[in-house]
Amino acid sequence: MLYAVLCYNSEEAVSAWSKEEEDKVMSDLAAVEKKYAAAGKLGPVARLMPTTAATTLRKTPGESFVIDGPFAETKEQFLGFFLVDVETLDEAIAFAKELAVANPGAGAYEIRPLRVFKPGGALEPL
Amino acid sequence: MSELGWIDLALTSARPQAMGALLRYFRDLDLAEEAFQEACLRAVRTWPEKGPPRDPVAWLIFVGRNSGIDQLRKRARQAPLPPEEILSDLDDVEGDLAERLDGSHYRDDILRLLFVCCHPDLPATQQIALALRIVSGLSVRQIARAFLVSEAAMEQRVTRAKAKIAAAGLPFETPDAMSRSERLGVVAAMIYLVFNEGYSAGETERADKPFCEEAIRLARLLLRLFPSEPEIMGLTALLLLQHSRLKARFDANGQIVLLEDQDRSLWDDRMIREALALLDKAIRHRKPGPFQIQAAIAALHARAARAEDTDWAEIDLLYQSLERLQPSPVVTLNRAVAVSKLHGPEAALALIAPLEERLSGYFYFHGLRGGLLKQLGRGREAHEAFERAIALATTPAEAAHIRQHLDCLTRDMAAGA
Repeated sequence: MLYAVLCYNSEEAVSAWSKEEEDKVMSDLAAVEKKYAAAGKLGPVARLMPTTAATTLRKTPGESFVIDGPFAETKEQFLGFFLVDVETLDEAIAFAKELAVANPGAGAYEIRPLRVFKPGGALEPL
Repeated sequence: MSELGWIDLALTSARPQAMGALLRYFRDLDLAEEAFQEACLRAVRTWPEKGPPRDPVAWLIFVGRNSGIDQLRKRARQAPLPPEEILSDLDDVEGDLAERLDGSHYRDDILRLLFVCCHPDLPATQQIALALRIVSGLSVRQIARAFLVSEAAMEQRVTRAKAKIAAAGLPFETPDAMSRSERLGVVAAMIYLVFNEGYSAGETERADKPFCEEAIRLARLLLRLFPSEPEIMGLTALLLLQHSRLKARFDANGQIVLLEDQDRSLWDDRMIREALALLDKAIRHRKPGPFQIQAAIAALHARAARAEDTDWAEIDLLYQSLERLQPSPVVTLNRAVAVSKLHGPEAALALIAPLEERLSGYFYFHGLRGGLLKQLGRGREAHEAFERAIALATTPAEAAHIRQHLDCLTRDMAAGA
């Protein structure tokens, strides 16, 4: 079974980390990653940029619209994600708009640039 | 991370919001500070044992408010009661703490907290000191060391600033959209001042008081509160871009390394990418502003893999739009660098000649002028300009940088003679 492990924490607290604290956490995490990677069990690892860098495409029955900031509803749940390699935010938004056309209705797509990306070993497609 | 380390972090990150709320309750900076301090003390005492509360900010506001009320009551016994409206306000807040913690109050609380530090009567240095003291919670000692003044002098500066604010009256009405955006502009400018204070001295000299990082933290905080303000996106991007060059800006001896000579592999790529993402977001609004334009200029430098790849034509255009938006001799001076790259030093000199009168007391004016004259082989005039620059240098690094130019000129002139 493939599991996604999603990271939650207070962004304000994390952004107040000193360089040393930040490096320590990252290297401790890397040690865990390394162990699971060696066993062929680790897929992609990503760290997102702060929510201040986020843009959200809100789906509506009509045309979807773009708002600044992260997805902030608590009534909807995190259901899945795409990773897309594009040049600009506009391109990323265009991609999300296509998704919204393919899957119309309610919900939203939060568009957040990545800060760290490690593709990881190839896992079997599900 | 140790437990106390965790608590420290939680207190630091909760500070602006908790202080903002306490300031709203007590309408008095000193009382709000004391109340927050007391709440922090209790947090350090009780959290390790009982574990952290679910919502540290709410906890701190609640405890701080109670301790502040306590304090007011003690004072009331020694002095006449505070004005009726303050007391009734305090009663009022007992009931609806949860409601008051919702987003809209939170936003205006923090904005107010930042805004009171920017009172127009306060000189820039006092604004910076106050913001670092009140909003960021740096100790007077840390701030004093950063400003290279004694602790007593800084204490006095902070006290004076607070007195001025108290005398002017704090802005407690909930701002309308117009005054909110005015406040935002003033606060953004103050954050930029905090950043520059760290930037001009070279943050390395003051590693224990990271002004630049503090400014970035404040800018991000502001952006989280006002996610649709392109100028705040621009400000955050600008700070990140300038800070991304920290490691490359000084050599091993602490000497300034000019942008074109910097080792670009030392630039912090993650900060650059975050800044570019923010700038991308800002541009979509099609509401250009000074911070966005300056960030766009910095981004052009960041995007150039080598100094000679820099898109000077675009930078020149961006400076021209900055000149239109915010005319200032300093902007024109900066544009002159782009002009010198595009059209040569002669054209740049012609551009800055009319600025002489207004910028005669400005280090960079004489520094740039000296550099341009030197390029034109006008050694004696260059020498003069550098001499004037060195007299106006505000940091040892600036002076040392000009000294190098002078030495080099002297060698050239000696060789030519």
